[in-house]
Formats: sequence, structure tokens, C-alpha cells
Amino acid sequence: MAPDIDRRGFLKCMAWAGTGVVWTVAGGVLSGCQLGAPAPAGPRTRDLYFVQLSDSHIGFKGPANQDVTSTFQLAIDQVNALPSRPAFVMHTGDLTHLSTAVQFDAVAQMMGTIKSGGVFQVPGEHDAVTGDDKAYLDAFGKGAFGRAAAGTGYYSFDLNGVHFLALVNAVATKGMGHLGPDQLDWIQKDLAGLSRETPIVVFAHVPLFAMYPTWGWSTDDAVQALSMMKRFPAVTCLNGHVHQVMSKVEGNVTFHTARATAFPQPMPGAAPAPGPLTVPSQLLHQSLGIREARYVAASERVAVIDDTLKP
Amino acid sequence: MTPICPRAAAVLAGGLAGLALAACGGAQPAASAATPAAARSSPAAVATATAGPQAAPVATASVDIASFAFSPAVITVRTGVPVTWTNRDQDAHTVAITGAAVSTPMQGGDTYTHTFSQPGTYWYICTIHPYMHGMVVVTAG
Repeated sequence: MAPDIDRRGFLKCMAWAGTGVVWTVAGGVLSGCQLGAPAPAGPRTRDLYFVQLSDSHIGFKGPANQDVTSTFQLAIDQVNALPSRPAFVMHTGDLTHLSTAVQFDAVAQMMGTIKSGGVFQVPGEHDAVTGDDKAYLDAFGKGAFGRAAAGTGYYSFDLNGVHFLALVNAVATKGMGHLGPDQLDWIQKDLAGLSRETPIVVFAHVPLFAMYPTWGWSTDDAVQALSMMKRFPAVTCLNGHVHQVMSKVEGNVTFHTARATAFPQPMPGAAPAPGPLTVPSQLLHQSLGIREARYVAASERVAVIDDTLKP
Repeated sequence: MTPICPRAAAVLAGGLAGLALAACGGAQPAASAATPAAARSSPAAVATATAGPQAAPVATASVDIASFAFSPAVITVRTGVPVTWTNRDQDAHTVAITGAAVSTPMQGGDTYTHTFSQPGTYWYICTIHPYMHGMVVVTAG
């Protein structure tokens, strides 16, 4: 996997041959490279820093969180206070609780205050409570970085050599996540022109792995989508829906589920059913959070840091 | 592996699994190829076909929604009697009755009432959590 040192890297190393260490700057991050060690991945990709938010459930009312607007605002404040400005912020769904126009408007206004290179989203089932996501598409179905959304609102974009897919697997389901044949066709076409070395990052609301199918925490046709990505060295899937952090590696694919900003949910099987979990009020903020993600070109992997909300 | 919805599971075990899928299909354009198209397009066909073996309906006009399940999952009422669903979960739910009506989303504590005017067997689901199923058997009042 480690690429051979190229001419540019060799010249760099030669320039510093006396010190034994080469420092390179990629995306503002200083990293060292000992002589004889593999060189950084080269100019194909560059480091990239972005943020994931999830499950704000604007409009929820219940003991699990009496004020979901305040906790979402805290999350936004925390993003805006990060030492580095993210290239973009992705909200992985359940923006609203009941898909009303008022709730979509409220969440859009709040997300409009996020300081980053762009704010994007995919829908959750709570953004499509009547079985379709027309209201969501009216408010948010615009794609990203000039790339238009197709079908139920899925799209892709490229940044720093990384290919990002924003998928919709929480609309018109049978209880589990579902991509559907139209979207699977679209994914196949979308990936067709990419070189084999392209790192892939996939956003979706529902987990793309079988986290806990008994509660619908799985996507029934995810295997078909991920099989189209076998030729790529590293695929990172980032999702929401389950309101807790869990990671899993399957072959070339790494999955990370994210915390919500609204309320936690039980761990798989730890309650009779999924749903809002009421914790003592002093523990609420540490059950919620934001995710910082950094694509590291030298390793061609995405590193994530899950920060809990700071009250 | 505790089933999320034991009552619905019991109903499904009664040989109605295919019909449950058909009931889903009404609200879901992306129904699988395994779902009979005729059953999907015709709620009446669903109602007629549900006359097979099933859990004994409970004679009541009140259904609780609790722990992501309808309880009782199968009820019987007479035409003209209002049926009321009460959401006792914190999460929101809907009642989407094949061939009859769809509620707006209910927050915790909210209720929804529907009065059936025609005898028949009506399947319903929650559109937010489509694995939640229930059935109303309506007899002539």
C-alpha cells in the first residue's frame, strides 16, 4: 500500500539529508518523515478536515431533551469555535423531528450560521415522516459544491482528491435502511470514472453495516453498494440514526456511527425498543456531540475525533 | 435477540408475513419485487385476503403505542365506533391505514382518532418506523 518514494519526495529528502528528518506541510499540518521511511502519498490527495453533525431532531419534545434547539445551537457554537475551519460540515440526517415546514426552516436558519466551506446534509426518516422526502427536498435538495442532487436527494462531490458520496437510505424503507435500485444504479455510474486509488467517504443516515438489524439499525441493500467499492483502497462510511458512537472495520471499509445533538439512544439490545433515552440532566451533554474528521493523505485514511458537547 | 414487537411478530407468525409486506407496499414505492403487485395496488385485495389464520382480535376501540409497538396489535370494532391511538412513547409515530387514512405524526402523549365506516380488515403501519404493524377488523355496526 505504501507508495514508492517519487522524484519530488526524493529531492526533498536529499535536501534535508543532513538532518535525517523531513518535515512536510499538508493541509496546515506538520508531519515528519524519517529518511528511509515511506514518503507521503504524494500530490494525488491532500489532507482535508471536515465535521459531521447528526440527529438534531428539531421539534422533538420529551423528557429525553426538553430543548433540542439549545443543544443543536451548542453543537454549532462548538463547530464555530474549532481551531481550524472545516472544509465542510455534513449533517447526517434527522434534521427535524416531524418534517414540518417550520422545523425545516428553523434548522436551515441555524445551519446557515455554521462557519465552514459549505454546509450539506442527507435526510433521516424523521425528515420524511409521511413516507416521502418532498418537503426535505424543497428545503435542502440542492447537492453540494455545484453538484446537483438526484432522485431522493443523493449526490457526490470531490475535494482534495477524495470522492464523497451523500446517500439517502432512510426514505421509503421497510424499517431498515434502504438505498433502492435507482440509487444503486446511480452509485455505479458515479463511481465508474474514478481511478482505483481514490479514497471514498460515504455519508448516509442509517448505518451501512448490520449494527443491530432487530431495531432496523442496518441497510438491507448496503452490501450491493459496498461491493461496487471493493476496488478502492479505503472506504469510510459515516452515519447517524443510532445516536451513539460505534466503529467497525470490514475489509477495505471502516464504519463510524455518530452521536446526536438531540438525545441519546440505548445501546443495541439494552432496552425493549430503540428511541429517546432519558439520562440524568447532568449527563445529557456528554451523551451528545459533534465529530471532527480528518482525511490524512499520508495514510489515505480518515481519522475521527468524537467530541461531546461542552455545556 | 428480543423481537422489537412481540405481538406483531405473533401475528406475522400466523402466516400473514406476505400480507404484512403488501401492507407496507402501499406506503412505499420502492417495494421489493417479491411483493405481489396486485396486493400492493389494491387495498381491497389485502382486506379480503386477511381472512386467514391470525391472532384473536381484541374487542376494544383504544390502541396504545408503546415501546415501538401497537397494543393490542389486532383489534375489532363495529362501524361508526371511533378508534383512538395514544402515543405513549417519547418518539413520534404515525398511523397509516391501508385504504383508509393516514394520521399526522403524533408526538409523545398525542392521540389520533379514526372512525371506520365500512366493514373489513384494515392493516396499518407507522410510516416513520414501518416495522410497526397493527390491524383493525371492522364489523357491521
